[in-house]
Amino acid sequence: MDGITRRRALLLATTLVAGLALTACGGTPAPAGDKAGGVVTITVNGMPATTQAADRKDFEELVKQFEAAHPKIKIDAREGQMDPKTFAAKVAGGQLEDVYYVYFTDPAGLIQRKQGADITPYLADVPYLSDIRLELQKVFKDKEGKTYGLPTGNYSMGLVYNRELFRKAGLDPDKPPTTWEEVRAAAKRISELGEDTVGYADYSKNNQGGWHLTSWLYSMGGEVATEENGKWKAAFDSDAGRKALQALHDMRWTDKSMGTRQLLEIGDVQKMMGSGKLGMYMAGPDNIPTIVKQFERKYEEFGLAALPGTATLGGGDGFMFNPKATPEKIKAGLQWVQWKYLNPDREEENVTKFSGLGVPIGLPQPNLFAGAAQQKIQAVHAAHANVPQENYKPFVDRSPQVEVKVEPPNAQQLYTVLDGVMQSVLTKEDADLGKLLKEAAARADTILATVK
Amino acid sequence: MSALPTPAAPARRPRHPRRARRLRDLRRTGATGDKPATGGNPATGENPATGDNPARGRAPATGRVRRLRENLVAYLFLSAALICFALFAWYPIVRGVLLGFQQVTFAQPAEWVGLDNFRRLFADPLFATAWRNTGYFTLLALVFGFAAPFVTAVVLNELRRGQSYLRLTVYLPVMLPPIVTMLLWRWFYDPGPGLFNNVLGVLHLPAQQWLESEHLAMISLVLVSTWANMGTTTLIYLAALGGIPGELYEAAELDGASIRRRLWHVTIPQVRFILLITLLLQVIGTMQVFVEPFVLTGGGPDDATVTILLLLYRYAFVYNDFGLASAMSTLLFVVLGLFAGLYLRLTRTKD
Repeated sequence: MDGITRRRALLLATTLVAGLALTACGGTPAPAGDKAGGVVTITVNGMPATTQAADRKDFEELVKQFEAAHPKIKIDAREGQMDPKTFAAKVAGGQLEDVYYVYFTDPAGLIQRKQGADITPYLADVPYLSDIRLELQKVFKDKEGKTYGLPTGNYSMGLVYNRELFRKAGLDPDKPPTTWEEVRAAAKRISELGEDTVGYADYSKNNQGGWHLTSWLYSMGGEVATEENGKWKAAFDSDAGRKALQALHDMRWTDKSMGTRQLLEIGDVQKMMGSGKLGMYMAGPDNIPTIVKQFERKYEEFGLAALPGTATLGGGDGFMFNPKATPEKIKAGLQWVQWKYLNPDREEENVTKFSGLGVPIGLPQPNLFAGAAQQKIQAVHAAHANVPQENYKPFVDRSPQVEVKVEPPNAQQLYTVLDGVMQSVLTKEDADLGKLLKEAAARADTILATVK
Repeated sequence: MSALPTPAAPARRPRHPRRARRLRDLRRTGATGDKPATGGNPATGENPATGDNPARGRAPATGRVRRLRENLVAYLFLSAALICFALFAWYPIVRGVLLGFQQVTFAQPAEWVGLDNFRRLFADPLFATAWRNTGYFTLLALVFGFAAPFVTAVVLNELRRGQSYLRLTVYLPVMLPPIVTMLLWRWFYDPGPGLFNNVLGVLHLPAQQWLESEHLAMISLVLVSTWANMGTTTLIYLAALGGIPGELYEAAELDGASIRRRLWHVTIPQVRFILLITLLLQVIGTMQVFVEPFVLTGGGPDDATVTILLLLYRYAFVYNDFGLASAMSTLLFVVLGLFAGLYLRLTRTKD
């Protein structure tokens, strides 16, 4: 091979390589058309993963049913929900679903950053909208009252407890504690059973400590943050704050009823409950099916009580809409959300089908509607219940006396601060509770100063 | 190359044989040089002389163009790599730095906010905590993580039997996925039924709150990190030790040097450079500690293990504030850049 041809060959090869590299690096997918023959295709998430075979199958079936009932709408379902780790990347890359799942902690920030579409003009088409509890609708509204999403689930924090351990410790599982003193006493009795049994456990890691401390504060009659003349300030350096920390401190260090391992998060505590080593922990009703499924337990083993005190933290989830979605897509998305998630008319049919498939029917929550719609749903659930509803009676009976409060503004940021408070109380016997609250409040104030 | 036979030395000393030859050819074709002897494109060589020494005035220009032509293939080859580098390395870096001066939501065009993100960063009390904790981690990592692999390598190097088996054992932790390592150590550290506290119990020593104590948490994290990463460094040291000429030891032994003196006067001076490089690499690596605190402590207890990257992660993925996170990473980039610069400088002088 002489010089020239070799060089040519090289040149050709290089051009090819460069060309390949360019196409590989800079390829842009063609935007998918949203309309074909008057049919609107919408992407939605919230589809269960393939690992949850039964749930996945149900979801796919429902999509088919919906499409049959709405021939002009096609559903392109995706797995997952609003995950802060990928959300921004999805928005930036134009990959955000038209209809996306959020927790109650997210809408305020998403609305402020204009990452959700204003759906106010389309709400007239949502049949049961006026029946949805107002405090839940409020989570998706901005200051001007514009709506950016719909709630589809809710919970309020109570006490999940192990009925068997209650019995073993000589406590009446049908009469769970209603005050924090009683919680403390029960926790002590349970931890005295020995064999690494823990009376009461709580979270203190990855923002979950702050989340639960908020519920503690509410139950002690306190607040995390209050608004005065349009400015937010930390409010947990209070009597309620001190009482909450003192209670935790005493259970952890005086009674030694909270075990030695701390820096726990929800998965750890659910595992403790699932392995039968934990007496009580603070959680919503939705935790019970998780434990039963994940650790192969029976519903009969667990009870649910309302949180002691005057108020508790409530949260939930719902759906918001891509700010770049066209009006047609938003309208179609709204139809999907209300048909799938907010439909008292379909409850009978759903429940009859699902009760035989191991889907828990008869848990006290979600409790989305008010008035006639809710009564209709409850009647259906009572008739088809496949979980021991009597075990949740303590929760249901006392719930009307416990106010449900939503999360504070900039909740996640505040939770990182309160995580630290929770950690100190649970890991340092000589923690100065007053000082902890004071320092945390100063930090929370700087976070709250950015609330618009 | 200065010894090349050039009839009249050009203004600049040719550094490349091909260039020298080209200059020689130029001289041969005459002062006007409108037809380069080696053929090629006349368009590159038609320029009339401007100075009184034509060769001097024209050679660089002609040379540059021609060199470009001759190296076209090389440049094309390079361009593929350059384009990919630009897209996947430089563009993200530049974009990241720019984001530090913007408020971004990705749903809207980014808004320039000047130094606002940096101001907010400095106002966050955790900012200082994170740098202090990271500094502390790096320092501890140097104490444990720097000495341990070196000692291990020296010991392994001295072994006559089972060296390859032990070498594999030392390297094994590196092959474990980080999350597996973390879960394993979480069980080691568990204050209840954990391995370490059980061992302490057998020895009649008080149980420790490995991860739950403010004072112990960081040390516990460094131990995990050292255990998980020392395999690689040990192998590097082993390679360096293997490269030390045996005569040096023989000479030292003849002179009656003890093991300690041989280590001090032969081994360490011989691997000094490698030690320095791994030291720098370790500083760069450990300053980016993330998995250990993220999985094991979540930054606790009481913020004792909040590191720079953990805080950065919170800014980006908990607060969804990418401007703030980018400002933070820009600062880290600058600091690590200094160490990287030092590393480059050192490796260059050695070459």
